[in-house]
Amino acid sequence: MSNWLIQHWLVFLFTLRRLLATPVASLLNIAIMGIALSLPVGVYVLLQNVQGLAAQAAGAPQISVFLAKDASKDDVAQTGKRLAQLDDIERIEFVPREQALDQLKHSTGLADVIGGLSQNPLPDAYILYPKTADLKVLEGLRDRLQTWPKLEHVQLDSAWARKLEALLGFVRLAVLILASLLSIALVAITFNTIRLQILTKRDEIEVSKLIGATHAFIRRPFLYFGLLQGLLAGAAAWLIISLSLYLLNRSLAGLAELYASNFTLHHLSAGDSLSLLLFSAYLGWLGAWLSVSQHLWQIEPK
Amino acid sequence: MIKFTQVSKRYPGGYEALKNVGFEIEEGEIAFLTGHSGAGKSTLLKLIAAIERPNGGSIVVKGQNVGSLKSGALPFLRRNLGLIFQDHKLLFDRSVFDNVILPLQICGFDHRESAKRARAALDKVGLLAREKANPIALSGGEQQRLCIARAIVNRPTILLADEPTGNLDSAYADEIMSIFKSFHQVGVTLLIATHDENVLRQSDGRRLLLKHGELQP
Ligand SMILES: Nc1ncnc2c1ncn2[C@@H]1O[C@H](COP(=O)(O)OP(=O)(O)OP(=O)(O)O)[C@@H](O)[C@H]1O
Ligand SMILES: [Mg+2]
Repeated sequence: MSNWLIQHWLVFLFTLRRLLATPVASLLNIAIMGIALSLPVGVYVLLQNVQGLAAQAAGAPQISVFLAKDASKDDVAQTGKRLAQLDDIERIEFVPREQALDQLKHSTGLADVIGGLSQNPLPDAYILYPKTADLKVLEGLRDRLQTWPKLEHVQLDSAWARKLEALLGFVRLAVLILASLLSIALVAITFNTIRLQILTKRDEIEVSKLIGATHAFIRRPFLYFGLLQGLLAGAAAWLIISLSLYLLNRSLAGLAELYASNFTLHHLSAGDSLSLLLFSAYLGWLGAWLSVSQHLWQIEPK
Repeated sequence: MIKFTQVSKRYPGGYEALKNVGFEIEEGEIAFLTGHSGAGKSTLLKLIAAIERPNGGSIVVKGQNVGSLKSGALPFLRRNLGLIFQDHKLLFDRSVFDNVILPLQICGFDHRESAKRARAALDKVGLLAREKANPIALSGGEQQRLCIARAIVNRPTILLADEPTGNLDSAYADEIMSIFKSFHQVGVTLLIATHDENVLRQSDGRRLLLKHGELQP
């Protein structure tokens, strides 16, 4: 191991010892920061779950393709073949015009009115069941289909998906605002912790400067402290969410039995968990850095 | 090695601690800075280490103009200097050993080598047996010697000592002076501020006499 690494390792150990030297204060700090973090992250986790649940409950949206009135049997078959070759489609259902009329008769109770018609006003139709619920992809698909020949109309049943999307967008924005505010709080907490530390380490800083310490050297333990505290706060938030999900899932189990479903809330993905830890560590580092830049230069040896 | 040209220092508040001071100390020389209390001895030493900045004149240390040095360059100037402070400036939140090893940690020295050197420095001032003690538990004279150990641990080329024998009885003072002489013999440049008549009587070496901030010829 290189000397440079050893130096950093020693600073890290030193920082850890400093954190453990005041266990209650450190624990309280980490708890406060962890709780602050767990709020937006918790809402985010619920959001992820609701999104999955909603898609499951609503089923994927459908696309109805109505053929032109003057389309021949050949045109209909041709269109069916082309539709079958599309990538994003799970399954295609053909609804002949006669069947559509039958359905209309039975479902609306307008049998008399419809029976009086001299000819069937309804077109042949295909119903597409897409693989994806992604609105952007589906809208693109619809727009493409609309340019095909011998089609009267292509309809994407997306109103419901749109409403859900809007609602989720609103919640997402709320999470973002909450997360921003609490991030600032996190930075502020670290800023203040480090400020107090600098005050109590005044002598050490002064003497270190006198015997040739660079700014980087003096700053390092404080930055490590902020980083470590932030990281532990992130871990605390993760644990808080784990515990909450465990409790929620236990009570959900009873509920799900009634509804004969096996719905459970999922935790953060591994990637998201890592992001949480990295982000909280970064916030701690940032708070420490701001504090150090603000306060360290004020201590000049005399 | 150290050259002052028409240096003046005025403290905030207007007090003029040094007036038009000029002298030069050659490499490997040992010189004594004397004068009454308040004459400006500590101020002069602080100017060399850039702890205070001059209001006029130039101070050149090892070819560098200290007065115009950027703050980023200060640490590297100070690593060449061994500083012994009038008020010791020891850290009471750590052991004697950790006080002495600090300058080496600051320079990023190899850990094992640092520990060896720190013990050697402590041995030199007769404090090796107290390495685990807290400096607060040391007597005034022992604290003084600890301060010397810290100043010499990274083998500086220039040693600046402010009243290094201030709290010591003459036996210890002699011991300290013999340590300084051994450094002088290996080529270290020394500037020692003192008004200890004993020390002055026993040592040959140039005298710089300050009076109310002015260097006496
Ligand atoms: N930070 C300061 N602000 C204002 N005046 C100061 C400051 N430091 C020293 N002085 C003044 O400058 C003068 C010289 O002080 P200095 O400490 O250099 O004297 P000295 O020769 O070291 O004295 P002593 O032998 O008592 O240590 C004194 O009159 C002192 O009051
Ligand atoms: Mg003095």
